[in-house]
Amino acid sequence: MKALIRDIYNTAHEFVRTFGAFQLFFLRLLRYSPRVLMRRPRLVVKQVYNAGALSLVIIMVCGFFVGGVLGLQAYANLARFNAEDSVGTVVALALIKELGPVITALLFAGRAGTALSSEIGLMKATDQLSAMEMMAVNPVRRVLVPRFLGGVIAMPFLVAIFTCIGLFGAHVVAIDLLSVDVGAFWQQMQLSVDIDDIHEGVIKSFVFGVVASLFAVWEGYNAVPTAEGVGRATTRTVVISAIAVLILDFMITAVML
Amino acid sequence: MLCFAVLKRGGPDLGSASDNLIEIRDLMYSRGSRVIFKDLNLTIKRGEVTALMGPSGTGKTTLLRLITRQLVPQHGTIHIGGVDISTLNQTGLYELRKRFGMLFQNGALLTDLNVFENVAFPLREHTNLSNRLIRHVVLTKLHAVGLRGAADMHPAELSGGMARRVALARAMVMDPEILIYDEPFVGLDPISMGVIVRLVRRMNDALGITSIVVSHDVAEVSTVADCSYLISDGKVAASGSPDELHAANSELVRQFMHGMADGPVAFHFEAPNYAEQLLGRDTE
Amino acid sequence: MQQTRSVEIGTGLFVLFGMSALFFLTTQTTGGDGFSVSDTFEVEARFENVGSLKSRAPVSMSGVTIGRVTSVVFDPESLDAKVTMVIDAKYDKIPDDSDASILTAGLLGSQYIGLQAGGSDTYLEKGSEIYFTQSAIVLENLIGKFLVGSQSGDEE
Repeated sequence: MKALIRDIYNTAHEFVRTFGAFQLFFLRLLRYSPRVLMRRPRLVVKQVYNAGALSLVIIMVCGFFVGGVLGLQAYANLARFNAEDSVGTVVALALIKELGPVITALLFAGRAGTALSSEIGLMKATDQLSAMEMMAVNPVRRVLVPRFLGGVIAMPFLVAIFTCIGLFGAHVVAIDLLSVDVGAFWQQMQLSVDIDDIHEGVIKSFVFGVVASLFAVWEGYNAVPTAEGVGRATTRTVVISAIAVLILDFMITAVML
Repeated sequence: MLCFAVLKRGGPDLGSASDNLIEIRDLMYSRGSRVIFKDLNLTIKRGEVTALMGPSGTGKTTLLRLITRQLVPQHGTIHIGGVDISTLNQTGLYELRKRFGMLFQNGALLTDLNVFENVAFPLREHTNLSNRLIRHVVLTKLHAVGLRGAADMHPAELSGGMARRVALARAMVMDPEILIYDEPFVGLDPISMGVIVRLVRRMNDALGITSIVVSHDVAEVSTVADCSYLISDGKVAASGSPDELHAANSELVRQFMHGMADGPVAFHFEAPNYAEQLLGRDTE
Repeated sequence: MQQTRSVEIGTGLFVLFGMSALFFLTTQTTGGDGFSVSDTFEVEARFENVGSLKSRAPVSMSGVTIGRVTSVVFDPESLDAKVTMVIDAKYDKIPDDSDASILTAGLLGSQYIGLQAGGSDTYLEKGSEIYFTQSAIVLENLIGKFLVGSQSGDEE
């Protein structure tokens, strides 16, 4: 019984400690961010390329099919009420407000997040971070901050691209395959989508970008410096990012409604 | 217990008054419940090649990390050039580290940069030198380790020995006052090993820097070191020139220097009684 | 250096691509009224009941969008709703006795303001107020009226 209480205490203690360390880590990244952005923009550019441009293919392919399936489903259900013209509305709202940011964030965690955490973990395991320390270079500033910023900058663009390609996918399915009227498709969409909906999507994509990049960098930096540890950190990146993104999505939606 | 200063070099910032560049006093360090060092005392003299030897697992690498303050001891002081490094703030520490060059066991080259950029890395981070000047300095250093021809290669394409030489060029590029080698001889073929041994000695004498070599390769260390410390069981077990260590009477020193399987450092890791464990009378 | 250049070009393309996507979303999926004129004048109108009229709702005349609602506020003194709207400055010959009514696009669509031309010789200009207004039709009231009306139809 005593042992159990002690275990619970230790676990709680460890949890609070990790949580606090995580906050401090986040603050440290934020504190260095402006300086890195001003003085070493090239480092950030390279990471925007890694996180953004290299994720384009998966984002575009997934966006197209998500949009397409939304078009199919919306059509199948709306046709029962003779409301095929609203397919555009349904698809656009779903993509802009929810699916665009959320699915992009999940794909981002799987593609760019894992790449980040395994890269950083391996740099740690092969003493590259210690070597930087020894060369009087702060690895947080030189390695972590550019990668974090790269993810944060790339994410809103990825979401916008995903959403556009999704609309295109829905357009192809609804108009070319199911012969919904093209005018009705776009007009209905334009009537019901408000600029606020786009704001919501952009805010979400920004928040998700921060969260997914933050967890990737954190897990990589705190990985146990062995092959197994790096592997585990990579897995945890995906799991934690996915959970955090979905919880935050719920919270943001609830607040913005 | 005698170490001879072979070369003296007046680094004004590190205090040229004393011959002792690094002084470690009453060092205590433990990780978890495991005590790694207790009451460790050692002195590293300016301009010498000092070897830190000891059986695997005695924390030689940990000692290096303590000296460079990547780790902080629980007790005791480390003075470098008369400055207690535990009093330094981040800026002071980084200023101090700019005077260090460190060669990591596996080279620790940055995998996303090629050889040239790896060597140029400290210059690009700390100086505003023009590209032309950086190129000049980097090629000179690469030439010194014989790898000027490999400038465009990527770390993944290098052999272990080459990677270590590139890392050495990188460690030297800021003209450090202290060069630290962490296990520079491990896992090298005899030729590469000979190259590294030669480089260690030559760098030290030609540039007048102070070198610290952590190793357990007795033969190589004997050829290169002016002074050796044998660390065992968390403290200095013996010290002196290689010849003195070879001639020492202590059983531990003899076991280590001559590579005997059993002795004060037992062949068996601590374990319960063999017979009892086999017969299942283990009480745990 | 060659590699750095291609990274920079790739990043540039990516960001351009992302920005055009964002631009496409903000311009092509929203604002179906297509009203985005900068040269406008402001008029107001008071309604007894605005229903679910929101700011940014279109203001249309003969089915053509000529402006949009900028704010809908409740006036605590006159106890009615004050709607401010902007109208494209090129429509400067709208009679000032025109009447504004709140209409619904389709059966369940969003609400907008429809202007019906009057016959006056003076025109709406900056700061004018439209005096003739017709409130939104609230479905419950309509049903209520219908029920009451059918029971005692001769009261009015």
